[in-house]
Amino acid sequence: MKKLLLGDEAIALGAINAGLSGVYAYPGTPSTEITEYIQNHPLAKERGIHSRWCTNEKTAMEAALGMSYAGKRALVCMKHVGMNVCADAFINSAITGVKGGLIVLAADDPSMHSSQNEQDSRFYAKFALVPCLEPSNQQEAYDMMAYGFDLSEKLGEPIVLRVVTRLAHSRAAVEVTEPKAEKTLSPSTDQWVLLPGIARKKYVKLIEKQDAMKQASAESPYNKVETTAAKTGILACGIAYNYVKESLGNDANLVKISQYPLPEEKIKALAEKCDELLVIEDGQPVVEELVRGLLGAGYPVKGRLTGDLPRTGELTPDNVAKALGKANGAVFAPAKNMAARPPQLCQGCGHRDVYTALNQVLAEYPDHRVFGDIGCYTLGALPPFQSLSSCVDMGASITMAKGAADAGLFPAVAIIGDSTFTHSGMTGLLDAVNDKANITVVISDNLTTGMTGGQDSAGTNKYEAICLGLGVEPEHVRVVVPLPKNMPEITRVIREEIEYKGVSVIIPRRECIQTFARHARAKKQ
Amino acid sequence: MKKDIILCGVGGQGILSIATIIGEAATKAGLYLKQAEVHGMSQRGGDVQSNLRLSTEPIWSDLIAEAGADLIISMEPMESMRYLAYLNKEGRIVTSSKPFVNIPNYPDEESLQKELDTLPSIKLDIETVAKDCGNPRGANMVLLGMAAPIISILSVENLREAIATVFARKGEQIVEANLKAFDAGVQANQ
Repeated sequence: MKKLLLGDEAIALGAINAGLSGVYAYPGTPSTEITEYIQNHPLAKERGIHSRWCTNEKTAMEAALGMSYAGKRALVCMKHVGMNVCADAFINSAITGVKGGLIVLAADDPSMHSSQNEQDSRFYAKFALVPCLEPSNQQEAYDMMAYGFDLSEKLGEPIVLRVVTRLAHSRAAVEVTEPKAEKTLSPSTDQWVLLPGIARKKYVKLIEKQDAMKQASAESPYNKVETTAAKTGILACGIAYNYVKESLGNDANLVKISQYPLPEEKIKALAEKCDELLVIEDGQPVVEELVRGLLGAGYPVKGRLTGDLPRTGELTPDNVAKALGKANGAVFAPAKNMAARPPQLCQGCGHRDVYTALNQVLAEYPDHRVFGDIGCYTLGALPPFQSLSSCVDMGASITMAKGAADAGLFPAVAIIGDSTFTHSGMTGLLDAVNDKANITVVISDNLTTGMTGGQDSAGTNKYEAICLGLGVEPEHVRVVVPLPKNMPEITRVIREEIEYKGVSVIIPRRECIQTFARHARAKKQ
Repeated sequence: MKKDIILCGVGGQGILSIATIIGEAATKAGLYLKQAEVHGMSQRGGDVQSNLRLSTEPIWSDLIAEAGADLIISMEPMESMRYLAYLNKEGRIVTSSKPFVNIPNYPDEESLQKELDTLPSIKLDIETVAKDCGNPRGANMVLLGMAAPIISILSVENLREAIATVFARKGEQIVEANLKAFDAGVQANQ
């Protein structure tokens, strides 16, 4: 049966039909739809497949590893920067090894459509010394779930499945297979205790498995060879394959790479037949660097490092065609009557009232700085508010404000959303409390994870209790309702807490207007 | 035969519903289809677009190349010109004529309309047409109706059926209202 599916949905359905028992994830573009699809799928509901959102990617990775330990198949999903958050657990899961199949899905975002960097998760797979699968289309994304779980169980290692935005968020028809049964409970009898004495032995085991991983890549149905008499050989990784085929059709002289470690023999054979290789990969020049090492300094290898493809930004049919000498170029000149239309906070959003109040009070303090965080409210950096001085990573608002306050900056204000606070802000707040740092923390609580489309937020109804539990003084945990009519009260509270020499937390709380409208519609029906 | 379409507008204007209907029609007609969407941050009042590729042959790229699009369907006049680099020589623009102004530096409307007239475009005040046929929320269906006769790889009837299928779960009244808006769009382009 064929179904029209987003890349993310193909991954989700592929996992369910491969006998998945649990998906563990924190929302992040472009990976969010995977977990949402599983949450809403009838078979997943009937089987009771775990799909509730996790507090962050680290808790997700560890829970998935626990499910694997118990013998069942688990999927952990995140956007690329989530790999940084779960890196400790992820790298060590390669040392413990796995029991039930474990797939770590990383959705990379070259061109930063909705992200703060374009790091390439294939580095993480190499760093952890585990295989990486990189589908070129929605069908492969679906098929690779069953394939990946089998490979994971065969090797006893987690498998990274790397996709990029253009695959995650593109639809195509997918041939769907019959669902397989879940694995039964069968906990590992091996010791996963990474004390140095045990870890050393396990690490040697992981190194010994590298040959089997290379063998699997050499035999993989996803690493294909297509040859012509052309003198330039192409290494087409993941979705790069589509752009090459779009330009060259059946005239392509290439190795398609969709499984790592690299299929070295296939690459060497192509290099021998050709005068040069052109590496086309979305993201960073991972393969280009590896192939230079593989073929030696004398062999010409072209790609992003040589400027044949742009060093930054995603692949497009145009920049790939240009590298292949096939570019068309535009027919029409750019429009003269044109202006950028950046995203903005919704009209009526509570974050708007928070920024209006903050700007009003902080105008009285010329040396102030507001340290921002990751969410819809990062848009407070843009006009009309232009309130933020920083936004770096999940939770950094509180800790950066603390560091700046330690250096003597006043007033140091942090603004963070409710979901981001439980993701990575709580530990920083504890540091601030222990140091009696002179900071004002605004937890702008809209009762949801807004930017990714309104997923449940892990700490809803618990924020005052969390702050008090971490040691913020009760008289300095203040709750306000961000509405224009409350402006006098909100500005008064902000002023009082800035003037307090210590840690204060202000919680402006009003539901996201998007989820509010959705809830109202659901009630009507 | 192939048809490469760029759907565009401002986040929240309903271009993904248009994409869903064309997708449904294409699937039913047995065409190959790829549809790249924009999710996430860009949806909040910013410019949004979707690349829709329909073909009788297998499709490789999810994205349309420069000078590759046969058709730009836009919910907003300035947005319809944002993707000119992607329009092919015989390409057409079908757009709403009514600006959506949510930025301080929106271009002068008169010169914008003039520039649009120099391009191979057809435009219509789809919001007024939608209101006139009693479906103020159906402007995107009016727009789809305007584009329907020139999508050509799908027939107008294919698209009508798809509207009925996609809105079926919302009840007969909603289906009828959307078909009426769609038909008004078809009429306007004849």
